[in-house]
Amino acid sequence: MDYAANLAMTLPELVLAVGAIALMLVAAWGGPASTKAVSWVSVAVLGGALIALTGPASAGGDAFYGLYRADAFAAFAKVLIYIGAAVAILMAPDFFRRTAGADLRPEYPVLILLSACGMGMMVSAGDLLTLYVGLELQSLAAYVLASFMRQDTRSAEAGLKYFVLGALASGILLYGISLVYGFTGSTMFDEIAGAYAAAPLTGSGRSLGLLFGLVFVFAGLAFKISAVPFHMWTPDVYEGAPTPVTAFFASAPKVAAIALAVRVAIEAMGPAEVQWRQIVIFASLASILLGAVAAIGQQNVKRLLAYSSINNVGFALIGLAAGTPEGVASVMTYMTIYLAMTLGSFLVVLQMRDADGQPIETIDSLAGLSRTRPGLAAALAIFMFSLAGIPPLFGFYAKFAVFYAAVQAGLFPLAVVGVVFSVIGAYYYLRLVKTMYFDEPTGTFGAGDKLEGGLIAVAAVFVSPLGYLAIPALSAWTLAAANSLF
Amino acid sequence: MIQAIAFYLFALVVLLSGAMTISSRNPVHSVLWLILAFFNAAGLMVLVGAEFIAMLLVIVYVGAVAVLFLFVVMMLDIDFAELRAGFVRYFGIGLVLAVALVAEILIGVGAWSAGGIDLARRAAPTDHVVPNIVQIGNLLYTRYLFIFEGAGLVLLVAMIGAIVLTHRERSGSRYQNIARQNARRPQDATRNVRPEIGQGVQL
Repeated sequence: MDYAANLAMTLPELVLAVGAIALMLVAAWGGPASTKAVSWVSVAVLGGALIALTGPASAGGDAFYGLYRADAFAAFAKVLIYIGAAVAILMAPDFFRRTAGADLRPEYPVLILLSACGMGMMVSAGDLLTLYVGLELQSLAAYVLASFMRQDTRSAEAGLKYFVLGALASGILLYGISLVYGFTGSTMFDEIAGAYAAAPLTGSGRSLGLLFGLVFVFAGLAFKISAVPFHMWTPDVYEGAPTPVTAFFASAPKVAAIALAVRVAIEAMGPAEVQWRQIVIFASLASILLGAVAAIGQQNVKRLLAYSSINNVGFALIGLAAGTPEGVASVMTYMTIYLAMTLGSFLVVLQMRDADGQPIETIDSLAGLSRTRPGLAAALAIFMFSLAGIPPLFGFYAKFAVFYAAVQAGLFPLAVVGVVFSVIGAYYYLRLVKTMYFDEPTGTFGAGDKLEGGLIAVAAVFVSPLGYLAIPALSAWTLAAANSLF
Repeated sequence: MIQAIAFYLFALVVLLSGAMTISSRNPVHSVLWLILAFFNAAGLMVLVGAEFIAMLLVIVYVGAVAVLFLFVVMMLDIDFAELRAGFVRYFGIGLVLAVALVAEILIGVGAWSAGGIDLARRAAPTDHVVPNIVQIGNLLYTRYLFIFEGAGLVLLVAMIGAIVLTHRERSGSRYQNIARQNARRPQDATRNVRPEIGQGVQL
């Protein structure tokens, strides 16, 4: 295969990398004055990468000797990633302009572009090395973004915590990768799958090295998707990081990490399905339960949404536990709808500011929002009902899809326990709605930004029952994406 | 024969300097012993035919990491007066260390041109004719080009991150503007006056 064809398949990453480097030069010479221009051009670069996905990048096959895989699954995940990244860039200027002691510098969109490039490498990985380099590119940019408000001690703390724990998780993942490499003799996903198929994985003569490698790789990935028991960093980092950055963490990197976990599970370790299914089922149920129970006592909206994201990852993992093309399709459906719900919720959190424009994050400050800002309250209520999975809203379809896939794969107990736990989770989502609609107003929020209002409206319409109109297209697309893995 | 002598020499010095690294009371000495250990480890790598790793050890560990360690150690609260008091006393050791380093480079190069110990065949079944720098280069720039470039981006992000998180604009400090200095002509800056006696000068 000639070089140009390889490059054509990696076009989205090329667009992002070249765009980020060029914008970095603009930022270096332009200084803080260039922030607005760099932000808009960054969004345009993400749009360009989205357009580049329509070419060989979506169905070209293997590039660079199998290091990079351009298939429908990667393309689908990248669409979600680029949308999440673009919204994170768009929601930043207003937040940083109004918050005291925070200044938006043009490095913010550049770091998000580089992070998106790393996420593209993650979801397109056909080799453990690509997986690791992509993951580090994404994480390293994320550590910097978490402490972007460097005068704010909470932000600095979030960045430091994320960095230390992320480095630990990378170590665990690398240890697993080295074990897998040592016992299979390859870092390529296909050859690893062949080695797993050939080796005995059960009984007394089982290959412990392969099993340990699998466990460590999944532990490392569980950290990145913040599944229990590797979730501890999530609430602190989500609370401390600037809100647009938190919205970014909860959206694009999460989609990328889930897609990566799915690809590793199906493509590299597919023959060891029985072995990793135990891990996935445990992580999924534990995440759903902990995400639901620990969120009940929270007073901070961002912490609450952090637990909500842990909870949602648990539901997405149910689809992975099924291990079928339908299961993978349901994971991608779930992540699509989750992306809209989460970005919408964080956009509403961004509107929570006092009369001076300073952000407030307590749940109590939402009291009586239905009377002071009815539109905002309605939007947040839609997102909360949807996250809770209450029927007329689109979030119900997401949960329905994963449970249906699990039942189809014969995992009845898992589906039943998942449904029961989701009822616990509904409590704190509904508490937020109750605070908005039935409590006396304590104060009013300052006026919001028009662009953010528009984004909230788009997300709310997608999550509302109108979203069901998208189901035929969405299910065809996710199934095509899932089938490209098998 | 000479290879075996070189091997035992390098190995012995690595072990001894490693022991001294952890037993020295003075952290600066520890770092210097560590540098010696790195140099000798590089010599061992040359002997097994891994000249690329040997160079990496010298460039990365001695050149960057050890110097970084030294910086950190220097930042610690060390009584430099006490250190300087022993300068004459330690001068001999310092000289011996310097001579040892030079001698090892000479021995290492000599052993390399003599052919090296034939450990390489067991350690890595590689083609002896092609130097392993060439082999690694061939892989890095063809087979693994994509992740090589990705690793470059990771380093770029690390650099941007370090600058974003620590760079401060220092307002109020005065900088030298060389262009303005050069553009200034004597006739703009000086004035030839012939003051009347007893009148003083108008500034």
